[in-house]
Amino acid sequence: MKASEEFKKSFFISLWFMLLTFPILVIRVNTIEKVVEWRWRNMAFIGIGSFLLSFVWRRLLSRKEKGRQPAETGNVETLPLGRRLLAEPRIYRPALTALALFTIAFPLLFSSYQTNIMTTALIYVMLGLGLNIVVGLAGLLDLGYVAFYAVGAYSYALLNHHFGLGFWTILPVGGLLGALFGILLGFPVLRLRGDYLAIVTLGFGEIIRLILENWNAFSFGPSGIANISRPGLFGISMTLNEATIYIYYLMVALCLFTIFVVNRLQDSRIGRAWIALREDEVACQAMGIDKTRTKLTAFALGATWAGMVGVIFAAKTTFINPASFTFMESAMILSIVVLGGMGSIMGVILGALILILTPEYLRAFSAYRMLLFGTAMVLMMVFRPQGIVTNIRRVYRYGTKGKESRPAQA
Amino acid sequence: MDSVLTVNSLTMNFGGLRAIDSVDLEVRQEEIVALIGPNGAGKTTFFNCLTGIYEPTEGDIFISPTPGGRRRINGIKINRIAEMGIARTFQNIRLFSNMTVLENVMIGRHCRAKAGVLGAVLRGRKTRREEQEIVDRSYEILVRTGLADQADEPAKNLPYGAQRRLEIARALATEPFLLLLDEPAAGMNPRETDELEELIVRIRDEAKISILMIEHDMRMVMSLSNRIIVLDYGEKIAEGTAAQIWENPVVIKAYLGEDFQGDA
Ligand SMILES: Nc1ncnc2c1ncn2[C@@H]1O[C@H](COP(=O)(O)OP(=O)(O)OP(=O)(O)O)[C@@H](O)[C@H]1O
Ligand SMILES: [Mg+2]
Repeated sequence: MKASEEFKKSFFISLWFMLLTFPILVIRVNTIEKVVEWRWRNMAFIGIGSFLLSFVWRRLLSRKEKGRQPAETGNVETLPLGRRLLAEPRIYRPALTALALFTIAFPLLFSSYQTNIMTTALIYVMLGLGLNIVVGLAGLLDLGYVAFYAVGAYSYALLNHHFGLGFWTILPVGGLLGALFGILLGFPVLRLRGDYLAIVTLGFGEIIRLILENWNAFSFGPSGIANISRPGLFGISMTLNEATIYIYYLMVALCLFTIFVVNRLQDSRIGRAWIALREDEVACQAMGIDKTRTKLTAFALGATWAGMVGVIFAAKTTFINPASFTFMESAMILSIVVLGGMGSIMGVILGALILILTPEYLRAFSAYRMLLFGTAMVLMMVFRPQGIVTNIRRVYRYGTKGKESRPAQA
Repeated sequence: MDSVLTVNSLTMNFGGLRAIDSVDLEVRQEEIVALIGPNGAGKTTFFNCLTGIYEPTEGDIFISPTPGGRRRINGIKINRIAEMGIARTFQNIRLFSNMTVLENVMIGRHCRAKAGVLGAVLRGRKTRREEQEIVDRSYEILVRTGLADQADEPAKNLPYGAQRRLEIARALATEPFLLLLDEPAAGMNPRETDELEELIVRIRDEAKISILMIEHDMRMVMSLSNRIIVLDYGEKIAEGTAAQIWENPVVIKAYLGEDFQGDA
């Protein structure tokens, strides 16, 4: 679009806005002095403001359109700066080392309050990575993911409460139960896609929460379960502070484990099948991929992580109730995946850190939190729908090509 | 020669609509058979029945991947039929558009590999060998179909003709004995069509794959097919060699229309 044309359009938009807001922003009837005040200044503000905003918006949109047209591929020079930096061992090696040192030193450098927040962020990293399998890779929009988190948390809380079973015993059990529930959800929704799938999974999440809330004899209802044991370490007794640090390291280890596993899954025969299923279900089956099995593995493997994190969450807070597992949590985790970049591990990690840490450190704006969050999401969807980090397709070694690598953008 | 595909009085109803009406068809080993007919004749529906996307209302579909290994495949799941050796391409291209060209073909090899979740996570020697084999075989197919240069390109970036060829490459990766091509030349320019013809002949001669293809490009149908079958309103109205088909008044009527004859 030409600049003059954009100019004209923005001009009309601002006119339109001035007209629309005229009755409420310009006219004011002063009932005490019985006069009508004309606040022309407000009109000027609206006019200029909407003009500028619309102009900037159009500019950005047209830039985005332009950026889309020439599909540059192959050439390393045309890759975005971030990618080029990451492809350079001299840069990413020290960066990784620094990051690792920082992660290790974190609890020593900062207060236990900060450590706690970081642990929470890591919990969401893991949740995001799990949901990423279902949504990002297999393309199954799951809005009830928090249910599996709840399953994990309650399995630890209940087994601990009734049978005194320890954290380490229940951690794998939580994962398994998560997987089981994943399959349980998977079966009825095998035939559903898109919106329908989203609605049913949302319902599933709510059902689990409602059961926990109302089945008092089983789950202690809304009052929840308290005094859940913290994770043990060879029976050493720990102060609260030490326990916080311990759980932090535990979470770091589990995150690394998750990254390792998810990365391997993604780069495997199964991971490819998930992506193919996301791209085209019919073609995928016509190539001999078992849709049922592939979808169920995605649901199960995605839910496993939520189940495990649930156990940690219960152990960390020592108190859980159904209020921790509302739809807002599912929405949050989904936002992490979408914002970070569907299907990209790096993106999900970044997404979780940004979405969980920013509100913590921007307490001053806490009143506008949802507003900022919403704006950020809308802007993101318009200008970078693929997320912060684009998932690059792996490049394989074949034929005469040997070690030369040439990433292709996906 | 032995037949690899035998279809007996296949009928497919969609509610009240009879899309295929008791059609018989046979494809013999290393044969190229063309399925033609006006728009809406039921050609694609026929493919969908063969590949398990639809379950036929009536009739039998038999395949014989190996001589004597005859079996009925009605109502078997799509992916199982692909495993048994029927591969297809789609009329409206259905590639995995965000995956690379190589990966598209690798998906075709999925059903010939075994690695499961545990294998993927542990990535032992067996899994790694299998993965490398998938990559190597897929690349080899890309070389044979002339797509090797674009191996790392996302499929959606390919020009139209190349996308159609990639569909064929992906289908070949499943190691079929029977390849179903749904309008492979649609939207191709004459040069691309020539290359495609050559590719199809090579697939039959080198890989010993039988081919059943739907095609509107009559030049290609004439030059490639051993036999032509004509469908109209779901019914088979003619079958024979190219010359026989074009002398058949029923076929001419079906293509030019009832009105044309009436008015003339
Ligand atoms: N899933 C379906 N449900 C209902 N009707 C269908 C379905 N699939 C196909 N049909 C109908 O069956 C008839 C045959 O369609 P089909 O797609 O097989 O035609 P075709 O011969 O492939 O035509 P073309 O040359 O345009 O590709 C059409 O009337 C179509 O509307
Ligand atoms: Mg068709």
